[in-house]
Amino acid sequence: MDVMPKWADVVLIPLISILLAAILSALVILAIGENPWEALKLMVQGALGSTYGWGYTLYYATNFIFTGLAVAIAFHARMFNIGGEGQALLGGLGVAIICLYIPWPHWTLALLGAAIGAAIFGAAWAAIPAFLQAKRGSHIVITTIMFNFIAAALLNYFLIGALKVPGSMEPASAKFPEATHLPSFQDMFSFGESTLFRGAPANITFFVAVAACVALWALIWRTRLGYEIRAFGHSESAAKYAGISPTKIIMVAMLISGALAGMMAINNVQGEAERLVLNAVEGAGFIGIAVALMGRSHPFGVFLAALLFGFLYQGGAELALWTSIPRELIIVIQALVILFTGALDNMVRMPLERLFLSLRRAKQ
Amino acid sequence: MDFATLLQMLDATMRLATPLLLACLAGLYSERAGIFDIGLEGKMLAAAFLSAAIAAVTGNVWVGLLAGIGASISLSVIHGLASITFRGNQLISGVAINFLAAGLTVVVAQSWFRQGGRTPQLTDGGRFEPITLPFAEALRDVPVIGPIYYELISGHTPLVYVAVLMVPLTWWVLYRTRFGLRLRAVGENPAAVDTAGVSVITLRYAAVAICGVLCGIAGAYLATALQAGFVKDMSAGRGFIALAALIFAKWRPWYALYACLLFGFLQAMSLRPDVIENVLNFRVNGQLLDVLPYILTVVILAGFVGKAIPPRAGGAPYVKER
Repeated sequence: MDVMPKWADVVLIPLISILLAAILSALVILAIGENPWEALKLMVQGALGSTYGWGYTLYYATNFIFTGLAVAIAFHARMFNIGGEGQALLGGLGVAIICLYIPWPHWTLALLGAAIGAAIFGAAWAAIPAFLQAKRGSHIVITTIMFNFIAAALLNYFLIGALKVPGSMEPASAKFPEATHLPSFQDMFSFGESTLFRGAPANITFFVAVAACVALWALIWRTRLGYEIRAFGHSESAAKYAGISPTKIIMVAMLISGALAGMMAINNVQGEAERLVLNAVEGAGFIGIAVALMGRSHPFGVFLAALLFGFLYQGGAELALWTSIPRELIIVIQALVILFTGALDNMVRMPLERLFLSLRRAKQ
Repeated sequence: MDFATLLQMLDATMRLATPLLLACLAGLYSERAGIFDIGLEGKMLAAAFLSAAIAAVTGNVWVGLLAGIGASISLSVIHGLASITFRGNQLISGVAINFLAAGLTVVVAQSWFRQGGRTPQLTDGGRFEPITLPFAEALRDVPVIGPIYYELISGHTPLVYVAVLMVPLTWWVLYRTRFGLRLRAVGENPAAVDTAGVSVITLRYAAVAICGVLCGIAGAYLATALQAGFVKDMSAGRGFIALAALIFAKWRPWYALYACLLFGFLQAMSLRPDVIENVLNFRVNGQLLDVLPYILTVVILAGFVGKAIPPRAGGAPYVKER
């Protein structure tokens, strides 16, 4: 029997957690001598007040949808993939190789090719920790952390070596050919005189991300494999008893997770930068953790949480531009969200459960 | 490579291994008590910032050290609340602590000093100075032993000696005291400890607090001894290398010393590519040296070179039977 009604678990607890995180963030802003209300107004204005702001918000959100889904699918198999950062970096390497060395005739084919390349590279980077977890029992959290560092060094190695433009001092790949240019929101939504989303990096990848949400939802709740992953996540011994192979589930869940994290690269590498630069992921892999926790590992929740974090990122950039609040405030907010929705979940849940129990007793 | 260069390299190894060793021992107390801690990095960073900030304002490095330890302990309390009292996920809590420290240090540094997220450069009194051990000057000219004593053993900052002394102390506490026995037991089988009438909660909080103190010293060392002031993200992954060293050492104090010296030596080597090139006659890739600790840890974790088995109750919150 559930202590709480489902809506309390799905809506009320995350809302209270976010509220707590927001209050603490406001206190931080107060403590450094700024006005939280003014800061919020500035963030809303900067992130949602124009199509330009929306273009950035949706661009960031696209990154976070991919990394959030990556963490979420691993959570369903009760695994914690901290390696999204490294997998997304490797995904970028895949995109760069595909875009630079294959002469694509049209962007649609290039998008397909780059998505497959990014997914394969990301999945490959997740495959080694997954294999070590499944076969040798090495803790996936530790190995994926280590693989983040190794991935960063590997990218560094390629960008000052094989992929660097000869003669250039900058550690970056050459610009991708024109044919691989993905349509940006400005290309898609400008009609005649009115130009919308001018100069914003949001591009068609946003729709790929939305499709990925739907596909992952179908996979988790409408297929046999999804059922097996969830069963394994709930009880490994019960799943084993039911004939589900732990090795298979660990491998498959982590491969999907790595592929999703890697696919982020079609947004930031192919869609925005149109070349591979150092540290292209900029922490989006870690934000995926906050997004998945806040979205309760449900694709729709991940979508909403990614929008919120997209807003925070663009709003935070505007804050840093117009006030003396540094961009790192967003990292604090992100930490508080992870803390309250993830680690301190029971702090909110326990009193609420008691409240609902006493309400139910009062009714009887 | 001549003797002097070798001594220089080993001297640098000592200096670079010290923060790793302190953080590694911090993790050892916590993980031996069954509390996974991937927030070592964040605690070091918070301690580095606050120690440098307070040392810069007061001009007294010891006050700075205390402030750094305080910062680290307050993050430990959050970790303890999340993972012991509220039985949350210890790994997620660690991740949150790392981000909290990474963000708050810069936000607060910018608000206090307005120098782009760093603290002012520390000058006399605000830094730990090297101390010369007795007879170091007198013995300096004795062949072999003299330079070793003068260059390598003498002439470090006090915290280096603290770190090295922590190793036998930790060994003694863990294996020769009642507290240590209970600490190890609570990481393997908390129910047994509870049955014996010892509080699991108290023991685990004690372990997390010790972890906070040691991380605090490690962070203060970074900002007030190794360098002269705090800069953004100055812990630079050392908390994770310490975690790697802990696995490498299979959660044992003496081996932690060896692992940290090894990883410190790798860091010292990547700072001196010219020396390696002279010795090996070919260029070793700098990135390879930087990631070697991580690669070695994955190999160890994979169980190809002896298996690393963590404390059995690690990561699981303890729920008393009713």
